[in-house]
Amino acid sequence: MNTQAQYLKAIYLTQQQEDGPASTGDVADMLDVSPASANEMIGKLENRGLLNHEKYKGVDLTDDGIAQAREALQNYCIIERFLIEVLEVEEFRAEAKQLEGVIDETVADRLDTIIDREPQCPDCFDPEGDVCGLLEVEAEVTSD
Amino acid sequence: MYDCSTAPIGGVAVSLTQPVASDHQLARLLQIGIVLEEVVEARSAKHAEETGEKHEQAVLDLLEHAETESAEHRRQLEALIDDLEADTVPFEEIEMLVEAQYEADEDFDGVLYDQLCNEETAYKFYDDLIDAIEASDVTFTIDRERLLAVLSDIREDEAEGVEDVTDLMEDYQ
Repeated sequence: MNTQAQYLKAIYLTQQQEDGPASTGDVADMLDVSPASANEMIGKLENRGLLNHEKYKGVDLTDDGIAQAREALQNYCIIERFLIEVLEVEEFRAEAKQLEGVIDETVADRLDTIIDREPQCPDCFDPEGDVCGLLEVEAEVTSD
Repeated sequence: MYDCSTAPIGGVAVSLTQPVASDHQLARLLQIGIVLEEVVEARSAKHAEETGEKHEQAVLDLLEHAETESAEHRRQLEALIDDLEADTVPFEEIEMLVEAQYEADEDFDGVLYDQLCNEETAYKFYDDLIDAIEASDVTFTIDRERLLAVLSDIREDEAEGVEDVTDLMEDYQ
C-alpha cells in the first residue's frame, strides 16, 4: 500500500517532468501500482482538496497539494540522508522508500537536527535517480 | 527553529502508517527510536550544561529527568534490537552529531519548547510504530507481545513527559 505522501510526491515529480498535468498512468508507473489503485487514491486526494483531476487531461496538484508534496519530498530527502550519514546504510534508496510511509514529518524534522542538508532541498531532488541530486554527487566522491 | 506544531497528541493527525514488513525493517525502526532517544539525551545534557545558571531548579530537574529517562528507553530498545541480532547506534556518535549542529537556546522558552518537541516527537514515533506493528502480519523473531508491551510503556512515558513540560510552561506564564 502506498501512502498519501508517496502519491503526492509522485504526482509532483511527474508534473515537473511533464511541465503540466500528470497522467494517471505515469503516476501508477512511478509508484509501481495498477492504474485502478492509482485512480482510487487520486479520487481520495481530490476529495481532500489536494488535486484536480480532469479525464483525458490528467492530474494537477492544488496549492495545498504542492505544499504537502514538497514536504513529503523533503521528508524523503531527510530519511535518505539520515540513512546514509548516520546509519551508513548502503541500500539507502530502497530503505528510504520503505520507511517514508512509517516516518512522518514530525520525526523527520527531529532527524534533520543531526544531518547535513542543503538549503535548496527539496529542489535538489533528481526524479530520474529518485534521489537527492546533491547526495548522489557526494556519494560518488566518497566512493572514489 | 524546529517546529513541533504538527505533532498533535491523541491522534488528530491523519495517520496512514504502513505495516512493518520484516524483521529487518523492524530493527531499522528500533534503531531510529534509539537515535531519537540519544538526541533527547544529548540535547537535554547540552541545554543543562550551556544554560544551567540561567534557569530555575524546576527546569534543570526536568532536563535531568529527560536525560535519565531517555537513557533508560535506549537500553530497553537496545535489548529488543539485540534479540533481532541487529546493531545499536553508539551514543557517542549521536552526541557528536548533536554537538556539531547544536545552537544554544539560551532563553527559557526555547529550552522548554525544545523539550516539548522532543517529547511530542517521541510520542508520535512510538504511536506510529505500534500502529505499524499491529497492522503487520509478519511473524517477527522477537515476541510480539513483549515488543508491544515495551513500546507501549515507553509511549506512556512520552505522553507523561508532554504533560510535565506543558505544566511547567503554564506555571511560568
